[in-house]
Amino acid sequence: MTRSHRRLIGPLRAGLATTFAAALLCAAPAAAQIRIGELNSYKAQPAFLEPYRKGWELALEEINASGGLLGQKVEVISRDDNANPGDAVRVAEELVSRERAVVVFGTFLSNIGLAVTDFAKQRRILFLAAEPLTDKITWENGNRYTFRLRPSTYMQSAMLVPEAVKLRKKRWAIVYPNYEYGQSAAATFKALMRAAQPDVEFVAEQAPALGRIDAGAVAQALIDAKPDAIFNVTFGADLARFVREGQTRGLFKDRPVVSLLSGEPEYLDPLRDEAPEGWIVTGYPWYSIKTPEHDRFLTAYQRRWKEYPRLGSVVGYSSMMSIAEAIRRAKSTDTEALIKAMRGMPMDSPFGKFVWRAIDQQATMGAYVGTTTVHQGRGVMRNFRYIDGAAVQPPDAEVRRMRPADAMQ
Amino acid sequence: MTLQTLVVQLLNGLASASTLFLVAVGLSLIFGVTRIVNFAHGSLYMLGIYLAYSLIERLGAGSVVGFWGGVLLAALITAVVGAVIELLVLRRVYAVPELFQLLATFAVALIVRDAVLWLWGPEDLLGPKAPGMKGAVEVLGARIPVYDLFLIVVGPVVLGLLWLLLTRTRFGVLIRAATQDREMVAALGVNQAWLFTGVFALGSLLAGLGGALQIPREPANLGIDLTTIGEAFVVVVVGGMGSIPGAYLAALLIAETKALCYALGTVTIGGTTFSFSKLTLVAEFLVMALVLIVRPWGLLGKPAGPVRGAAQVEAPLRPATVPVRRAGWVLLGALALLPLASGHFPYLPVLGIDILIAVLFAASLHFVMGPGGMHSFGHAAYFGLGAYGAALVLKALGTPMLVALAAAPVAALAGALLFGWFAVRLSGVYLAMLTLAFAQIVWALVFQWDGVTGGSNGLVGIWPAPWLAPKWAYYLLTLGVVAASVWLLRTMLFAPFGYALRAGRDSPLRAEATGIDVARVQWAAFAVAGFFGGVAGALFAFAKGTISPETISVGRSIDGLVMVLLGGIQTVSGPIVGAVAFTWLQDWIIRATDYWRAVLGLTILGLVLAFPQGIAGALGPGLQRLFERGRPPTAKAGGS
Repeated sequence: MTRSHRRLIGPLRAGLATTFAAALLCAAPAAAQIRIGELNSYKAQPAFLEPYRKGWELALEEINASGGLLGQKVEVISRDDNANPGDAVRVAEELVSRERAVVVFGTFLSNIGLAVTDFAKQRRILFLAAEPLTDKITWENGNRYTFRLRPSTYMQSAMLVPEAVKLRKKRWAIVYPNYEYGQSAAATFKALMRAAQPDVEFVAEQAPALGRIDAGAVAQALIDAKPDAIFNVTFGADLARFVREGQTRGLFKDRPVVSLLSGEPEYLDPLRDEAPEGWIVTGYPWYSIKTPEHDRFLTAYQRRWKEYPRLGSVVGYSSMMSIAEAIRRAKSTDTEALIKAMRGMPMDSPFGKFVWRAIDQQATMGAYVGTTTVHQGRGVMRNFRYIDGAAVQPPDAEVRRMRPADAMQ
Repeated sequence: MTLQTLVVQLLNGLASASTLFLVAVGLSLIFGVTRIVNFAHGSLYMLGIYLAYSLIERLGAGSVVGFWGGVLLAALITAVVGAVIELLVLRRVYAVPELFQLLATFAVALIVRDAVLWLWGPEDLLGPKAPGMKGAVEVLGARIPVYDLFLIVVGPVVLGLLWLLLTRTRFGVLIRAATQDREMVAALGVNQAWLFTGVFALGSLLAGLGGALQIPREPANLGIDLTTIGEAFVVVVVGGMGSIPGAYLAALLIAETKALCYALGTVTIGGTTFSFSKLTLVAEFLVMALVLIVRPWGLLGKPAGPVRGAAQVEAPLRPATVPVRRAGWVLLGALALLPLASGHFPYLPVLGIDILIAVLFAASLHFVMGPGGMHSFGHAAYFGLGAYGAALVLKALGTPMLVALAAAPVAALAGALLFGWFAVRLSGVYLAMLTLAFAQIVWALVFQWDGVTGGSNGLVGIWPAPWLAPKWAYYLLTLGVVAASVWLLRTMLFAPFGYALRAGRDSPLRAEATGIDVARVQWAAFAVAGFFGGVAGALFAFAKGTISPETISVGRSIDGLVMVLLGGIQTVSGPIVGAVAFTWLQDWIIRATDYWRAVLGLTILGLVLAFPQGIAGALGPGLQRLFERGRPPTAKAGGS
C-alpha cells in the first residue's frame, strides 16, 4: 500500500459512512396519487427498452395533461429488475407493498414475465405483461390477474405461416436462439407448417446460444444441408452476425427467408445498407403507415422526443393507455373491478383498434407483415399489411383446455 | 456430412480460434505476471470494438488507411485505458489477500459497461467490412469470406510476434522471469511497478486489438464483455495460465470443438435425436472440465512457482469472546423483532429475507474459500441444486413445504460430493475454474431439460404453505434457519475439523506429516459448503415462488464471490458483513438511479480502496480492541 493511499483511507471511510447514513435517513414514499408500478430490464436490453420507456412516459404525460384519472394525477414508479426473476419478484413486491402501486406492468424476458405472472396471482394484483412473448403467460401458466399486450410467439409465427406456405418450398431449415422463445417459435412454425403443407421437410435445425451465435459455422452448416427456404428466429446482435456471414457466403442466394421480428426498427436499423433483400418479416414500418391513429402517435412522439418511434415505443404507450382506460371504466383502482373492466375491453392504439380478450386476457394487437428491402441506405419494409391478432388465435376450446381452471373465473 | 464439409467447418473454426486467442493471450500474460484475475478484460475487448467503430467512421470507412488506422488506434487507446486502470486502481491493491483484486476489476467492469452505454447509446452498431476483403473465395466448393482467411493468419502472426517479444527483448525476459518467480524479480532490483503497468498495457492492447478486429464480423453491442470474459477465462485455463502457446492451442481446441458441433447439427442415434448445435451452450466448459481432470495445470501450464508471502500473513482465527457473543445475541434479537416494524416499513421483511439468504450463501462459500483456501467460482451450482431440489420435491412428490425444504439440500450435497472429489485434486485458479466448469454444466443441463426443470423458463408456483405466506412469517423462518446454519458453520470452524482444514490450507506438507488427510478434509469441507449453499437455495425458491436457471448462472457465483471478498476473506463474520452490504447496496442503488451499474461499481471500488482487508477485516480488529479495552488479558489454556 502506498503512503498516499494510506492517507486517503481515513477520509474515504468517513465519506462512505456519511453517504451510508444519508441513505438510511432519506426514504419515505410520497403523497396521495394513483401510483402505477413498472419494472423492466432497462440495463440488460436498452435497445428495446429505452424507446419503450419513452412510449409510456409519453402516454403518462398525455393522461396527466387531460386531467389524470378519477380526478387524481397519475404517477409511474419505474424500476430496473436486474434481468433476473429473483430480483424482479422482490422489486415487484417493493412496488406493491412499499410504493403502494395499484397495478404493475412491464417485464421483457419470458422467464421474468412468468415469475411476475405467478407473483401477481399470489399477491392478487393486476399485472400487465407488456413485452414477454411466451405463450405460457396466457395459456399454461395463465391466471386471472395477468394480461399480456404483445402478440405472443404463437400469434407471430401463425402470421408468417401463410406467407411461408405461399412460397411452396418443400425443404426448410430453421435457425433459432436456444431458449424458450426460440424453441417455441420453431415448434409452432413446424406444427403449423405441417398442418398447412403436409409434405414439408425440415432438413436442418441450428440452435445457437442466445447472443453467442458463431454465424460462420451456422451459415455453413445450413448451406451444407441444402434447404429450399429458411425460417429465422434470431434477433439483435445474432441477427446482424447471421445476416453478414450469410450474405458473404451466399446462404441467401435463391433462398427465400421468413424471419420473426426482423422488420422491427430495433433490429433492422443497425444493419443499415446491409439489410437483407426480400425477407418476409413481421415488424413495424413506422415510416409508411398511413392511418390517422398512427399519424397522431407519430407526430406526438417525434415532437416530444425528437426521434422516431420503435416498436418498443408502441408497446410502452399502449400498455400505459390500457391501464388508464381500465381504471376509467372500472371507476376505481380496486383489482377485482379492474379485472372485470379489462376483460373484453376494446382499446385504441397506434395500430388501430384491438380488444383485450376475456378468454385468455391476451390483447389482439397485431403486427405488420411485409418484405424487406434497402431504401436510401436503410432497411425498410414494403408491401406490408396489418394482420389483426384476433385472426391468428387457436380455437377457443383449445385455449380453454390449456388454461388452468382457476384462471377462467 | 462429407469430408469436404467437415474440412470447411474446421477452417471456420480456425478463424474463431484466432479471435479467441487474441482475447485470451492478454489475460494469460496479465495473470502470469501479476497474478491478478482480470475481470475487466472483457470490458477492454468491448471498448476496443466500440472505439474501432467510432474511429473508422471518423477516419473514413472505405479507405485502407481509414480502416486499419482505426483498428490500430483503437487498440492503442485501449492499452492506454488499461494502463490508467492499473495505475489508479490496481496498484493500490497488490499487497492484499489473493483474489481481492478480482473485486476491483469487477467494479471496473461495471463502470466500463455503463460508460460505454452512456457514450455510445443502447443500439447495436454494425461497422463496415474491411476494404479489399469484402468478398469470399471458393475453397473446396464452399465460399469462405476473405476476412476469415485473414484472421486465420493473424492468430499465428501475433503468436510469433509475442514469441519474439518474449525471447528477444529485455521486457520479454522480465515478463518470463516475473511469471516464474515474481518476488525474485523484485529482489533483483527490477522496478516491479512499471513492469506490471507495462504488462497490463500490453494485455489491454491485445484485448483491444481482438475487439477491433471483430468489426467486420459482428456489431458492437453491450453484451460482448460478459460473453468474452467467460470464453477468455476458459481458454486461458485450458491452455495453462501464463503460457502463450498454450493459449493458442486451447483456442484451437475449443473453436474446433464448437465448429464440429455446428457441423454435426441434429443427429439421430438409435431413435433419439440429439442436437449437437445445442451443445455449443456448454461445449467449452465440457472441454475445460475434461482437460483439467486429465491435466491439472492445463495443456501447457506449469505448476505455479513458490509464493513467497506476497500477501500479509493472516492472523489465526480466534473464537468469539464473551462480549462479542453477547453482541451477537442482541443482534439476533433485534432482527427477530424486525417484523414489528413492518407496519411502517412493509418492504423491510422482503428485503430482510433476501439479505438473510445472501448471508447464508456467502457464509457457505466462505467456508471453503477462507478457512479452506479453495476458491470456488461455481458455488451457485449448489444454490441452484437446492432451489430446484426444493421445487421438484414439492411439485413432483406433492410433499408439504417443510419436507421439501429439508430434503432439498440433499441434492446440493450430492452435487458437492461429486464435484468436490474432482476439485480437491487441483489448486489455485485451476480449482476455481473447474468448479466454474461444473457449475456451467449443471446450468446447461437445467437449461436444456425442459421436461423436468422447465428449461429456460424454470418452474413456477413454488409458494410456501399458507401459514407461512405472510412475508413476516417467512422472514422469521428464514432468520431461524440462517442463524442456525451460520452457527453450525462457525462451530465446525472451531472444531478439530476446522483446525485441520486451516492446517491444510496453511501448510499442506506439515499437515500431512501430522496425519491429517488433507484431501479428505477438503472434500468434506466442499460437501459442507455445498449443503448449506443448497439450504440457501431452497429458502430462495420458496421466498420467490419461481426459480429459473439464473439461480445457477455465473452471475450468481460472482455475486457470492463479491460478497465474501467485500466482507473480508480472513474473518468469520466477513461474509455476513459483505452479504448485508452488497445486497442492501445493490437494492438501494438500483432504485436510486438510472446508471446504477456505474454507481455500484464506484461504490465497490471505494469500498475496496477504503477497506483493503475487506470491511470486516479492517473494522474487526478495531472493534475487538474496543470490546476488550479495560479488561485484563485472559489466561490462555494451559498457559502460565
